[in-house]
Amino acid sequence: MTAEPLDLLRTMLLIRRFEERCAELYSGGQIRGFLHLYVGEEAVAAGVCAELTEDDSVVSTYREHGHALARGVPLESLMAEMFGKVTGCSRGRGGSMHLFDRSRRFVGGNAVVGGGLPLALGLALGDRMQGTPAVTACFFGDGAMAEGEFHEVLNLAVLWRLPLLLCCENNLYAMGTSIAKEHGSTELALRAASYGATAWPVDGMDAVAVNRAAARAVDEVRGGAGPVFLELRTYRFRAHSMYDPDRYRAKDEIADWRDRDPIELLAARLRADGSLTDADLAEIDAEVVARVTAAVEAAAAGEEEPVEELTRFVYSDTSTAARSVR
Amino acid sequence: MTAKARSKATSSAKGPLVETTYRDALREALREALREDDRVFLMGEDVGSYGGCFAVSLGLLEEFGPERVRDTPLSESAFVGAGIGAAIQGMRPIVEVMTVNFSMLALDQIVNNAAALLHMSGGQYPVPLVIRMTTGAGRQLAAQHSHSLEGWYAHVPGIRIVAPATLEDARGMLATALSDPDPVLLFEHGSLYTMKGTLRADAGAVDLDRAAVRRPGTDVTLIAYGGMLARTLEAAEALDAEGMSAEVVDLRTLRPLDDATIVGSVRNTHRAVVVDEGWRSGSLSAEIVARIQEQAFYDLDAPVERVCSAEVPMPYAHQLEAAALPQVASIVAAALRTKG
Repeated sequence: MTAEPLDLLRTMLLIRRFEERCAELYSGGQIRGFLHLYVGEEAVAAGVCAELTEDDSVVSTYREHGHALARGVPLESLMAEMFGKVTGCSRGRGGSMHLFDRSRRFVGGNAVVGGGLPLALGLALGDRMQGTPAVTACFFGDGAMAEGEFHEVLNLAVLWRLPLLLCCENNLYAMGTSIAKEHGSTELALRAASYGATAWPVDGMDAVAVNRAAARAVDEVRGGAGPVFLELRTYRFRAHSMYDPDRYRAKDEIADWRDRDPIELLAARLRADGSLTDADLAEIDAEVVARVTAAVEAAAAGEEEPVEELTRFVYSDTSTAARSVR
Repeated sequence: MTAKARSKATSSAKGPLVETTYRDALREALREALREDDRVFLMGEDVGSYGGCFAVSLGLLEEFGPERVRDTPLSESAFVGAGIGAAIQGMRPIVEVMTVNFSMLALDQIVNNAAALLHMSGGQYPVPLVIRMTTGAGRQLAAQHSHSLEGWYAHVPGIRIVAPATLEDARGMLATALSDPDPVLLFEHGSLYTMKGTLRADAGAVDLDRAAVRRPGTDVTLIAYGGMLARTLEAAEALDAEGMSAEVVDLRTLRPLDDATIVGSVRNTHRAVVVDEGWRSGSLSAEIVARIQEQAFYDLDAPVERVCSAEVPMPYAHQLEAAALPQVASIVAAALRTKG
């Protein structure tokens, strides 16, 4: 199964508008902490998540707004989390880097590079041992492939033929270090293949291409073939985080990639084949913007967790250890 | 089983006494857990074909098969993280890490994931995971197999740290740990595996909340855990000959600490010695001393003493290793110093 291109476009626009609004709110001081924007990489989250069922699990990174939105985590609860409200998806304890939603099997943003990979391996192992056909999709970047966890996890996933979809978002930079400075071999899919996993590179700016690749990959993984590795070649249009002055990238390079904006790319294709008019796009955009605006209003009006609840969830409420931190 | 197990300080088993060892008691606990709950599985380096680095899981592969007694590659971070993920997905994994020194390779998963996920997710993701590992010195294994780093883990909120020092606890702590909704790290002292003794045939789950008074006394409280308990009890006997009656408290659980039992004993004896195989700087022993002075300062007749390992990476040579570790004589001397 593949997704309707129009749905992919809608998801990408939602991510884009959500994040543009986050950037404004960050500048205005309403969102704090670190904020890592996904702008430019939307085709990856939209294309992959469209192929997952509700029984599948998703593990993400600190650059996770796109994955959470594409996974269907309500944008109201995401925006409320940005505001640090109790109405947020992590009750204000996670912020932008630690979004969780158990009901959508969204097992969080992991802010230690590579740290989500072992967790995802275990989710896949748990599914396998319980005989469910579920798949775990784990997103990580090119930087994570320099971590030992990548090696350990891919080796184990192949060894145990676990239902793990490894989505490497190769945006060419590990924070400010270019891929040429971080990897002896920059052919990431080839490296993954050397472990015995099926692996191939995908144009990560083309949502339809990502979606087709994900559909095939998910089929293989669900069918018991073991892990599949997708190298999704993409680019972030904005700096690493809101603190980053972006001194390490050439303006021309950014401009060249912006010419392949995944939203523009898909919209142009749909216009060309007659399935989208400018008016349609404007309508979708207006609808998305209205949803984001409503989410911001709800987040701002949301309640804060009382400080009396500070130490709640250190241990489970039912644990006798909970008393020790009260 | 949870509530029942928690309600008793120690096992209330009444069956006949049988000869056993610490290792066999641990194995029996594993066997029982694997038998009673299909969600339980054991995973780690050499737990299967080899029978466990210290032969704790010997025979379990044959009994339960390779799915549930799962050999892993040498990938501590990946298989500890896999335990976390599998726990979230509904399993009840028991992950074995060969030694606490090796667990440094999985520290990120333990501290940044296992201990933090519940809170970071606003209560959505408890991690019912048990991690077993060997700790401690005494076998001339030098600086990368001998350290007592459980105190580091006891620093971290979100996990429970337990250290069985007796056969009853070796047999009974695992079941309770598995019924805990949150991660439990279980530290087996390497010198205890061959410890022999008797255990009730129907020994079972024990609580993980309370410290235990292993020997009553009136003049000084000796506080120990894990591998240090036996020699602390020996020191208590020696102190009798010196005319000093020592009470021995076995911490059992290093996090959360059972302040009530520790402080209760010190209030009676007015003197305390903390025996900890970990290094003293920034340590669990320092934490216990701090709690005693916070809660029982005016009950004390003397400064609280500590007997810890010398601040060196553990050396190989037998005389150097022995000199680095708390010994009966140094515990006795510390207790006598509290008399002034």
